[in-house]
Amino acid sequence: MIDRNQVLHVARLARLILDEQEIVAMQRDLGSVLDHIETIGELALDDVVPTAHVIELTAALRADEPVDSLSRQATFAGAPAVSDDGFIVPSPQA
Amino acid sequence: MTGRELLALSGADGVAAVQAGEVTAADLFDLYRARALDHGGGADGGLNCFSWIADDLPPEPDAASPLAGSPVAVKDLFCTEGVPSQAGSRMLEGYRPPYTATAVARLQAAGATLLGKTNQDEFAMGSSNEHCAFGVVRNPWDPARVPGGSSGGSAAAVAAGLAPWAIGTDTGGSIRQPAALCGIVGLKPTYGAISRYGMIAFASSLDQAGPLTRDVTDAALLLAHMVGSDSADATSVGLPEAVVLPSRLELSGIRLGVPTEIAGAQIEAGVLGAFNDTLARAQQLGATIDHEIELPHARHALAAYYVLAPAEASSNLARFDGVRYGHRVEAHDGDDEQGLVGMYMRTRHDGFGAEVKRRIMLGTYALSSGYYDAYYGRAQRVRTLIAEDFKRAFEHVDFIVTPTSAEVAFELGAKTADPWSMYLNDYFTVPMPLAGLPAISIPCGLAGSDRGLGPGGAGLPVGFQIAGPAFSENKLLEVAYALEQSIGFDGARAWL
Repeated sequence: MIDRNQVLHVARLARLILDEQEIVAMQRDLGSVLDHIETIGELALDDVVPTAHVIELTAALRADEPVDSLSRQATFAGAPAVSDDGFIVPSPQA
Repeated sequence: MTGRELLALSGADGVAAVQAGEVTAADLFDLYRARALDHGGGADGGLNCFSWIADDLPPEPDAASPLAGSPVAVKDLFCTEGVPSQAGSRMLEGYRPPYTATAVARLQAAGATLLGKTNQDEFAMGSSNEHCAFGVVRNPWDPARVPGGSSGGSAAAVAAGLAPWAIGTDTGGSIRQPAALCGIVGLKPTYGAISRYGMIAFASSLDQAGPLTRDVTDAALLLAHMVGSDSADATSVGLPEAVVLPSRLELSGIRLGVPTEIAGAQIEAGVLGAFNDTLARAQQLGATIDHEIELPHARHALAAYYVLAPAEASSNLARFDGVRYGHRVEAHDGDDEQGLVGMYMRTRHDGFGAEVKRRIMLGTYALSSGYYDAYYGRAQRVRTLIAEDFKRAFEHVDFIVTPTSAEVAFELGAKTADPWSMYLNDYFTVPMPLAGLPAISIPCGLAGSDRGLGPGGAGLPVGFQIAGPAFSENKLLEVAYALEQSIGFDGARAWL
């Protein structure tokens, strides 16, 4: 179960606006999925080590050699709003 | 060669024919491009499997190269320089990346040409290709049914003979399940075999690229030209030995394990029948079948997966904020947040589809303060148990076999109302990526669904899944090949 306020709280964390219809659907759908997921609560897991990644990773460092990076022009080409020297965004203070 | 004769060539056959000078790369490209244009778009009753189709063959494909100019269809979430790469999302509509994914670049370096980009569930989240901003993809065996997902466009294109072969990605079954539902071969390699650089990320600890092909030989050939470590992906380690094209025709000494959990699973009668027939065939070929293999935590795999994958997705999809690429919508008057944050929120509201929002919400919830240990922490521990189950099982058998999907292709709209019923499609395919293991789906026959036989009464394709230990690709391909040669599945029936 997940209540309406939790849905609104999580949506805010996820930077999502949900309209009224979406809030109702989300509460129903997440509640249903979480009911199924909660079966993992039955397992005794205290002594089990968590797995974040299946591959043993050591710090991967590449050779310290300069390589070309994307050009400024290519980097900006797909952006919704740019100036000569950066991405344009609305003011955070607005 | 006539068009029909060209079409009858598998991917590998086409490469060999070009190398031998019997046909040209342009002959093959033109044939498939015309077929893709005729049947692969969304209009006029097309399958809607292509989101973009190349205009022209690049100049001078190298006939002597390993892939000899062969046209390949590529799932839309692979970045392809200058070519739309939209991942099935309104968020990336029209986006043309400035670079190409390593997996695609390797295929191109081996001489392959890009035939087109294929539709998919948005950001690879779905099992039916109904969660695609650019329309549903249809199954060539029955256009009233789904092709599976999320690599449904790639699967449908190959099954319908609109591309000789294709690539996709598999996070919880997104190569194997659509391959099964479309009657083709789909291989999910060991995690790390192929670079993920340039794949628009869903769940980074699970995502893996792989081939969707007409037959096992084609899967091996494409795999051979996709694998390898890459300095741009620290998790890419390649394969320990070169990929060998399979040739084995018997299975003596091979031990196949059937998980005991299958007995309790809800599997359609026709699917179970085809699966059991294939086991009998494997036995005739010399394999031994162990029906007592225990994977005690596999039944929790779906729950663990639907915590871990959404959690990673919620983090990965934070990048879609309307700043650097893709869709942007400014805050509306009256929105709670204005300015930068308001823009983020309005952009994500408009740009993401319902299923993606659901997964982002689920993942954000599972990672949020107060719930992290109960969901994400526990799911990571279940992941450990699942990997240990496989390790124990592989002490007794060489491979684990299951049906790929518990049911044949279902009708469009059959499962969209209830997310969990859609997630259940992944029941047999999620345990392997959680453990990082390779698995292949091969077509093993036709069966009626429990809700009817499909058009013509002949039935719909059933997939047989074979999973092996990490880095067992060569042996896995040999077993799949021996079974394939014995089964003699006729995929040409679905060609349009």
